[in-house]
Formats: sequence, structure tokens, C-alpha cells
Amino acid sequence: MTPVIEVESLWTQFGDHVVHRDLNLVVMPGEVVSLVGGSGSGKTTLMRQILGLEQPTRGTVKVFGIPLQGSSAQLVQKIRKRWGVLFQEGALYSALSVFDNIALPLRELRAFDEDFIGDMVMLKLDMVDIERRHASKMPADLSGGMIKRIALARALVLEPELVFLDEPTAGLDPDRSESFVKLIRSLHQKLNLTVVMVTHDLDTLVSLSHKIAVLAEQQLIVYGSLKEAIAVQHPFILNFFLGERGLRALSAVGASVKLSGKD
Amino acid sequence: MQQPSAPAVLEPEVRQARAADGATAAALSGAWDIRALESRARLLKSQLRQLAADPGRHWDLSRIQRLDHIGALLIWQAWGKRRPAQLALAHGHEVFFSNLDSAAAAVPAAPFDPLRLVRALGAAMLLTAEHLLGMVQLIGQILIDSFGLIRHPLRGPWREISASLFRVGTQALGITALVGFLIGVVLSYLSAEQLKAFGANIFIINLLGMGIIRELGPVIAAVLVAGRSGSAITAQLGVMRVTEELDALSVMGIPHTVRLILPKIVALAIAMPLLILWTSGIALIGGALAANTQLGISVHSFFIGLPGAVPTVNLWLAMGKGVVFGALIALIACHFGLRVQPNTESLGIGTTNSVVTSITAVIVADAIFAVIFSDVGISLS
Repeated sequence: MTPVIEVESLWTQFGDHVVHRDLNLVVMPGEVVSLVGGSGSGKTTLMRQILGLEQPTRGTVKVFGIPLQGSSAQLVQKIRKRWGVLFQEGALYSALSVFDNIALPLRELRAFDEDFIGDMVMLKLDMVDIERRHASKMPADLSGGMIKRIALARALVLEPELVFLDEPTAGLDPDRSESFVKLIRSLHQKLNLTVVMVTHDLDTLVSLSHKIAVLAEQQLIVYGSLKEAIAVQHPFILNFFLGERGLRALSAVGASVKLSGKD
Repeated sequence: MQQPSAPAVLEPEVRQARAADGATAAALSGAWDIRALESRARLLKSQLRQLAADPGRHWDLSRIQRLDHIGALLIWQAWGKRRPAQLALAHGHEVFFSNLDSAAAAVPAAPFDPLRLVRALGAAMLLTAEHLLGMVQLIGQILIDSFGLIRHPLRGPWREISASLFRVGTQALGITALVGFLIGVVLSYLSAEQLKAFGANIFIINLLGMGIIRELGPVIAAVLVAGRSGSAITAQLGVMRVTEELDALSVMGIPHTVRLILPKIVALAIAMPLLILWTSGIALIGGALAANTQLGISVHSFFIGLPGAVPTVNLWLAMGKGVVFGALIALIACHFGLRVQPNTESLGIGTTNSVVTSITAVIVADAIFAVIFSDVGISLS
């Protein structure tokens, strides 16, 4: 199988400050990969580079086997139709209604009529559990949780194979964040998506991800399952996973993984 | 999921076929996902519609290699938004259609409102009243906060005033000079043609002096500043509202009227009269140069004749206008800036409204000045 994402020997430098030093990352189809790391470790930068919003100093990023740098604009445009992105604050277009926000990517294709687009939007609203009467509202009138759900519907409207989630549960209360995690999990199972997410929320991380990529010291210090991640002796991992909060989240999914890193 | 080992994915295709019991059938094959359908949606839709016209037709979808919601919706719409009686689906494709079965109704349309126009008129009236009230409240708040300032003058926002003066005054010198100069040249050129016809060349000094110093200079400078600084003030306050910076100031106990609004009003009230003098001066130079080439009146004699043609009180009138215009522009800009809602569209509307309102207010105020001071500084001795 071709990997969905391949990051090869990627360097990022801002002046003298090195963010990523020779970083490698491979994401296979169907995987749910979480990027974690301390503040300033370059998680968001890495994700923006994979999305082509920022250029790495050196190294290549391939998505669906196509390098983002040096490919024709047409080819990159094709990749962009195959992925969906959920931004941290949702990034709904505040000038457009909920309906128009979700319909926008479909209308841009100019392949479908309004009747089709209307049904598609309603289908996507159903998928993210938003009642249809909210379709005519403006983003400013919605709560944070609804904005995230609608932004997810917009990210999914072109049936992407790859979905990026930037802090999907940040700013949601525990109840909503749990239902959002459930939503993402069920969508992942139904649609067989590949998911890459950046998160600080341990509950989200533990309950969703197949693989965890820990960014520290300018590199991926671990890339593997949760078990493998907590087995590594590193100050960040000790703090993040095996601190009080981490243990609580881990014990919630089963104590079997709990002590494999410590003895 | 695309797998290299799987057989090559074919184009989406619709074929007429015959089922085992002799009934008409339709066989769909290939990839029915967005990538394949993007360019063929219209053609396939019409083909499907034709086949779906026969309600008894059997549908064989088991040879579809790839399907997503887009493909499923296209087929489902052709069926008239319900499943046909005879349908064969490939393994794993059921989920796409089961999602669709619940999705049928369209967006509920907005109810018809026969009093819509009346309502809109009423809403506009109320909005205007609300704006006026808000403006009065803002002025009142500024006055209250200013009293505190008089008691503790050292705590005043002097740095902010100085910074605002630089931004709205010094940095506006270039654009006001350019526009003023061009207006002076054009005005002088056009008047010269007319005056020459009557042999009244020397009256160009009265015409330009009076027109520019008393009316044009103040209004042009005010319009430029309203467009330049008014919009900037509204946008700045609006963004601060969006990013909750204003709330952050409030909870720290720093009144934003003193820190943000008062400095801008004071700065514009100081800078505006000075900018008016500057604009009028440059415009007069432009006018004098054009008069020199057109009418042969030397620049020297133009400025020698100027004090005789324009009573000095006109200068004071222009400065007074400047103070009022400046305060008005700042006040309106701040008022609209504080009303911006936390979304991008509101920011745009707020800035537009701010500039339009302040330019209108400047012109209205100028008309009021003209009426009140109609017998001041005009009579020639």
C-alpha cells in the first residue's frame, strides 16, 4: 500500500532556531495518528507543512505519493480535493450561513446542481448530528461545539480520504468533547478515513489514536502505539502520560498499558 | 480505500441489462466516487434518470468498485429519493444508502412576512435611535472620565495622545499636501478661464483665498482624515473587540474610554486644525502657481494681495471647524468600532459605516457653520 503521508528528512528553521531536525513520518491508509509534544515543539508547524501552508527548510512531504514541493499546481490541487481539514477554531466563513459553508466546496466543483448540493449538505449535517433547522444560521450565532461539528461536516463534504484535525476537542466541555470523539470514531469506521490530529487532550488521544507521534528535541522521539510510547524514558513522556492526569486517562482505557513503561 | 493489488478501477458506467426472470435491469459498474464523478455527473445523471423511469427495473449495483456518499446520492436522486424494490448492493456499500434514507427533506423555507417592509423601516428607525443614544452615552462617559483626569493630570494618557497625534497628524501630511496642491491647481486653472473673459484677473486672489481657506481646505482635509484615520480607528477598536482585548482592559480596571478613545479624540482635535492650515496653505501655493502661468499674476503679488482679500477671522473660523471636525470624526469612528460584533463581516460593515457617517457628519457640520457664521469674515472693507 502507498502511504498516505510521507515526510522525509524534514528540516524546519526559523533563523538560528531549529524546529525540526531530520524528521521522518509515514502514515498508512486507515490509521489514526496523533501528534503530541510540548508547546513550541512544532506540531502545528508540521501539520501546516503537510497541508502545504508552510514550506519546510529542507526535506520532502509527500501526500498520496505526490510530493507537495515541485509538483504542478494542478496536481497539488487534486490532493487538496482529497483531504479535509478541521481547524482549531472551526474557521467557518463568518459571512456565509451554515448551509453555504458546507455547500461551498461542492459548488466550487461546478459539477452538481443545487438540488444535489442541498441533499448532500443535509446528509452531512445528519452525519455530524446537527439539526437541519440550524442550516440557515450564521456561524456567529452558534456555540463552539456546533461550530466544530459544522466545520467537520464541511471538511467531510468532498468525501476526503485523509482528514486533519487540529485540537478537535479544545474548547469543548468534557461532555461535548466525549461525544465529538465518538463522532470522529464512528465516522472513521464508517468512511475508512485516515486521520491525522494534533491534540493536547489525553482522553481524546487515548480513545482515538492507533499511533502516537511524540515530537520533542526537534524530532519524533517515538512513533508507535500508546504502549510503545509510554515505554520510552523521556521527561516529556513521563510528564505527559505518566503524570497524574495521564495516568487517570490511561486507567480509563484499561490498566494493562499502565505499568509497562515503569517498574 | 485504494489498494494497488486490487484490479484497476474502471470508469463509472451504466448499462441496460436483462435480469434472470426477463425483467429489465440496469447494471452499474466502475468507480462511483467524487474523483470519478466530478467530470461526468451530468451525463450519468441523465442516463440514470432515463433508466429509473421504469419503476419495475432491477438495479444491480454489486459491481461498483468504489462508492461514496456523492455517488450514492447521485443514484438515489435518480431513483426519486427512495430505493427501488429490486436492488443488489456490493458488500459494504449498504452504509452509504442507509445514511441517505433518512435524508430527504430540504431546508425549511423562511415564512412569508407581509409586513416585511414596515418592519424593516421600523428596525432602521430604532437602529438610528440606538446609534444616537450610544453616541450620547459615549460622550457622557468620556466627560465623566475626563473629570477624573483633571484631578490627576499626571495619570493622563499623554503617551497615547502623542502616539495618536503622530499617526493621525504627521503621517497624514503627505497625502493632504498632494490632494490640496492638485485641488488648488485645478480650481485656479478653471477660475482663470472664466475671470479672463471678464478681465477680472485680480479677483483670482479673492476667489481662491476665500474658497480654500474658509470652505475647501477644512472639508478636504476632514474628508481625507475621515477616510484615512477614521477607518483605521474603527478597524483597530473592532479587532480589539473581536479579540476580547477591550474586555481584558475592563477587567483590569483600565477604562478604555481614557486609554483608547480620549487620546484619539484629543489627538484628532489638535491635529485637524493644523492639517487644515497645512492643506489650505499648499492648495493656495498650487493655486498661485497656476494663476501665474494662466493669468500672469506673480506668486509674490498673489500672497501680498491675500491678506487684503481674506479677513483674518476666516483663519480662526477654519481652525475652529478643524477642532469640531476632528473630534466628530474620532467620536464616530470610536462609536462604530465599539459596536463591531465578533465576526469578519461586521468589521467590514462597521468600517464602511464609520467612514460614510463621519464624512456625512463633517459636511453637515460644515453647513451648520456656514449658516451660523454667514456674516462673519465675508464683508470686504
